[in-house]
Amino acid sequence: MARSIAEELAKKQKEISVSEFFERNKHILGFDTLTRSLLTAVKEGVDNSLDACEEANILPEIFVEIKQVSRNEYLLISEDNGPGIVKKQIPHIFGRLLYGSRFHAIRQSRGQQGIGISAAVMHGQLTTGKPTKVKSKTSKEDVAHEITLMMDTKRNRPEVLKQDFVIWEGKEHGTRVEIHLKGKYIKGKQSVFEYLKGTAIVNPHAQVTLIEPDNTKTEFKRVTDKMPPTTKEIKPHPEGIELGILMKMAKATKAKRMTSFLTQDFSRISSRVAKEICEKAEIEPTMRPTRLKLDSAKRVIDAIKQVKIMSPQTDCLSPIGELLIKKGLKNVLEDQRPDFYAPPVTRDPGVYSGNPFQVEVGVVHGGDLPSDAPVKILRFANRVPLLYQQGGCACTKAVENVDWRRYGLEQRGGKGIPYGPAIILVHVASTKIPFTSEAKEAIAEIPEIREEIEWALRRCARRLQIHIKKKVRKKKTREKFDIVQTILPKIAEKSAKIVGKPVPKLEPIITKIMDVVWIDDLVEYEKGKHNVTISLYNYTSSRKKFNLYAVVPEGSIDEKSISLKPTRIRKSGKIRWELRAIPSTEKIDITFRLKGLDKDDFDEAEIYVSGINPVQVIGAEPLPGDWDLDEEIQEPSTLDDFIEEEQGDEEMEVIGEADEEVEEVMEND
Amino acid sequence: MTEARYKNAVTELEDIASDIYKQMDKGKIPSMKIPVRTKANIKFSRKNHVWTLGKSMGARSAKKLNGAYMLLRTLHMMEFIEDMISNSRSSTLREMYYISEGWEQAKFSTQNESNKLAEDLEAITGCMREDFKLRPEEDGARVIGNITLEEVNRKGQKKKINCRDDVGDSGYGIPYNVEKDKIKFKDIGVKFIIAIETGGMFDRLVENGFDETASALLLHLKGQPARSTRRFVKRLSVEHNLPVAVFTDGDPWSFRIFASVAYGAINTAYISEYLATPTTEYIGITASDILNYELPSDKLNEQDIRALKAELSDPRFKGQFWKNEIELMLDIKKKAEQQALAKYGLDFVTDKYLPDKLGEMGLM
Ligand SMILES: Nc1ncnc2c1ncn2[C@@H]1O[C@H](COP(=O)(O)OP(=O)(O)O)[C@@H](O)[C@H]1O
Repeated sequence: MARSIAEELAKKQKEISVSEFFERNKHILGFDTLTRSLLTAVKEGVDNSLDACEEANILPEIFVEIKQVSRNEYLLISEDNGPGIVKKQIPHIFGRLLYGSRFHAIRQSRGQQGIGISAAVMHGQLTTGKPTKVKSKTSKEDVAHEITLMMDTKRNRPEVLKQDFVIWEGKEHGTRVEIHLKGKYIKGKQSVFEYLKGTAIVNPHAQVTLIEPDNTKTEFKRVTDKMPPTTKEIKPHPEGIELGILMKMAKATKAKRMTSFLTQDFSRISSRVAKEICEKAEIEPTMRPTRLKLDSAKRVIDAIKQVKIMSPQTDCLSPIGELLIKKGLKNVLEDQRPDFYAPPVTRDPGVYSGNPFQVEVGVVHGGDLPSDAPVKILRFANRVPLLYQQGGCACTKAVENVDWRRYGLEQRGGKGIPYGPAIILVHVASTKIPFTSEAKEAIAEIPEIREEIEWALRRCARRLQIHIKKKVRKKKTREKFDIVQTILPKIAEKSAKIVGKPVPKLEPIITKIMDVVWIDDLVEYEKGKHNVTISLYNYTSSRKKFNLYAVVPEGSIDEKSISLKPTRIRKSGKIRWELRAIPSTEKIDITFRLKGLDKDDFDEAEIYVSGINPVQVIGAEPLPGDWDLDEEIQEPSTLDDFIEEEQGDEEMEVIGEADEEVEEVMEND
Repeated sequence: MTEARYKNAVTELEDIASDIYKQMDKGKIPSMKIPVRTKANIKFSRKNHVWTLGKSMGARSAKKLNGAYMLLRTLHMMEFIEDMISNSRSSTLREMYYISEGWEQAKFSTQNESNKLAEDLEAITGCMREDFKLRPEEDGARVIGNITLEEVNRKGQKKKINCRDDVGDSGYGIPYNVEKDKIKFKDIGVKFIIAIETGGMFDRLVENGFDETASALLLHLKGQPARSTRRFVKRLSVEHNLPVAVFTDGDPWSFRIFASVAYGAINTAYISEYLATPTTEYIGITASDILNYELPSDKLNEQDIRALKAELSDPRFKGQFWKNEIELMLDIKKKAEQQALAKYGLDFVTDKYLPDKLGEMGLM
């Protein structure tokens, strides 16, 4: 229903021209400031291109170029390899505001999010007085047509200034739009660059190229040839239907009776349910829907609330998917060399007010990301980046509600945007994204959606926590390695030399300083295979016997390659070893191979131990309580218990080390 | 300095090494105990009227990376010092820092680190860095005034110098070694010492001939004074009963300069007895001066305020005088330079300000 309000507005203002309507509603349409105008224009073009490519099942190649013409005037070129637009349609799509006023189809699409490309054309014309040029080609055999047009703003009709048939070299099909407009090109936050970068992350199947006014060319490469599953159009679900829309649908329906109207024009209404609704609403099942009056319509809505209706179908959504989110993030963020991409989480679809929705999140950590700034939140609605109104968005609220301190990021008081070297991605897909306003910059704080995001974040954050913990402890232990391997021998040697005695034995001191079992995993990728080495060093003063567990992707393990026979291998990729005792100061290696995975599918083994005090182990977590369940943790309570348990470990760690804390403080005078 | 002192230094250092060795031989993680050098660990010594180090000890253990590095560095430094002593050489602290380049991982990352380690060794052994053949590269301060001293110059000859008549406008430069084997005071023709923070004010008093009108020895502290400067003042005050007055800018950092001349610095509290002159008087600029003389002033910045607040809990500033002045400065939120006195003309400081202040103390 993205357009309905704008349409209503437009209708009320029939007597005034569309240009006046445009002027009055600039802030809603995204053309209120110079920087935002340029961004909105790019957005309208790119969103259309991606939608069109996906509908036609074409892997998108998007090209955006922005040239500076004079101080505030730019030429925006937006080009795609989509199906093209037939000649007859071009003037209407580009030269009429709110053309095709119809219900927007109920499906997950980007197009919902703007008023349409014609608004960009209008803005260009109003600010520069220059026409727009559109070139389009629909098939290899055809020539392209090129149309130069302006809008008649009084009548809201296109005015074609020039049309030609042209040869479009090297292009089988596609559309190219050139708009002159007033704007301001900026870098950084809320810039065209950020928008396209975000677009590239969540559309890993697209190739996106940008040429900026200073001629810098950036290419975001395609990382997958898999098209997102096509989104299905669905009929509205009765739950959450608004009165006005019910009235409109009743007026427009082809059905002759109320019952057939309900069963045919809505999803999930059987004839039994339809009869029940009519009965409760006290209207004749055979009544003509066109005769539906306001008060009986109200009763229908009340009745819908009383009867039991199946939840809406959710197979109409097209999430990005866990693997592709990771690939997309890696592709675009690699120059900041993050050292951890937490496995992203795609939740099962949910429903709010009769609308299916689905939440996905990803977290990236470390590397060159700034560690003293608030984390960056990348928000997306139906694969479109949201750049404005971060504070008022359900995505941000959800991030703020999670206690990130538990997961290794800084957060004052356990609320608010956390600090640390991290980027959090949140994607909400829905047939109807509930935006906070017509400007469509932020997702409204619907409890169902916010809670889903929070769950997804916690899931993802738990993996982050394990990673951070492992890293911190490994770093500490690595320092100890330095001590025992290089410094201690030198101290022994020097002191022996000064006192003129033989060099003392170091083993007992080494185990006292280290006092841990150190587990290290190394993953090397080579010709379609991941070679994994898990090394276990016993740096304690006694023999250690314990069990080791590793999790690898399902079906990837090459059983014959495992160097030390495991006690058990499960289909789900869980491996268990009951190890023989490792003597003090000795080391064992376990190696194995994984087959049939992409390089990015595996970069860090998940390793657990049992039968040993976890405080004495670096590089592996204690075996979680749900190891034997092959399902993933779903129940909130279980998850919380688990977190609590881990916090307990941490305290023990501190106590265990308290005796080390003899630090000295020096003051400079 | 006599051979005995060097020998003692070697013995003391070997004790430390031997202690480290013994711990390791017993299979223990080696560590080294060091007196803690912080504000919390200085005590007033009634005997000497200076602030000296308390009894708190910190441990440097090889269990931590930094501790392990420090132990290794200490051993390297000991070896180096013993080499110097047996070869009759010496080096500056800066050279010592560069020498560490050859110690691989044990090398110092800043000179501050090596200076501190040298101080640590002094604090542990009770020796002075001169006993370790280490000397600072910075020269001491300058003095002008009617005293005659005898210095053993680098050719080993004794040379008599009158610090008023035998020197140029920049005065006599205090060498890094001011012990008796190097300098003897022969004839003292002044009644007291004025130690001045800034070069500008020192030059003003020299130009105005204040050393003669006031019968004073003028001494330029050059900011936070070097050890040899403080030692020089201490010897004159003890051996010839000369009162000392310190004249600085009016800000928290200058107050600390006074405190280090009078009572010793926190960093070197273990040798305060050698360096500090507890009878030293402070003659400004105070916060009261800023008000009384309506001196041109600057606003205190945040660091200034923090420094003043720290001084309120610094045992060296315990007396009522300092409490009042520090609180007043915090109250008016202003600081002033000594040269702000020029507001009333170039001669104001020598005609009025100093005579008034010194008069109060019975020095003029
Ligand atoms: N680049 C393009 N390639 C193919 N078809 C396009 C393109 N741009 C726009 N269209 C067609 O024009 C229609 C109207 O576009 P627009 O006015 O921007 O509104 P919306 O994108 O909200 O539907 C789209 O639904 C699509 O069918």
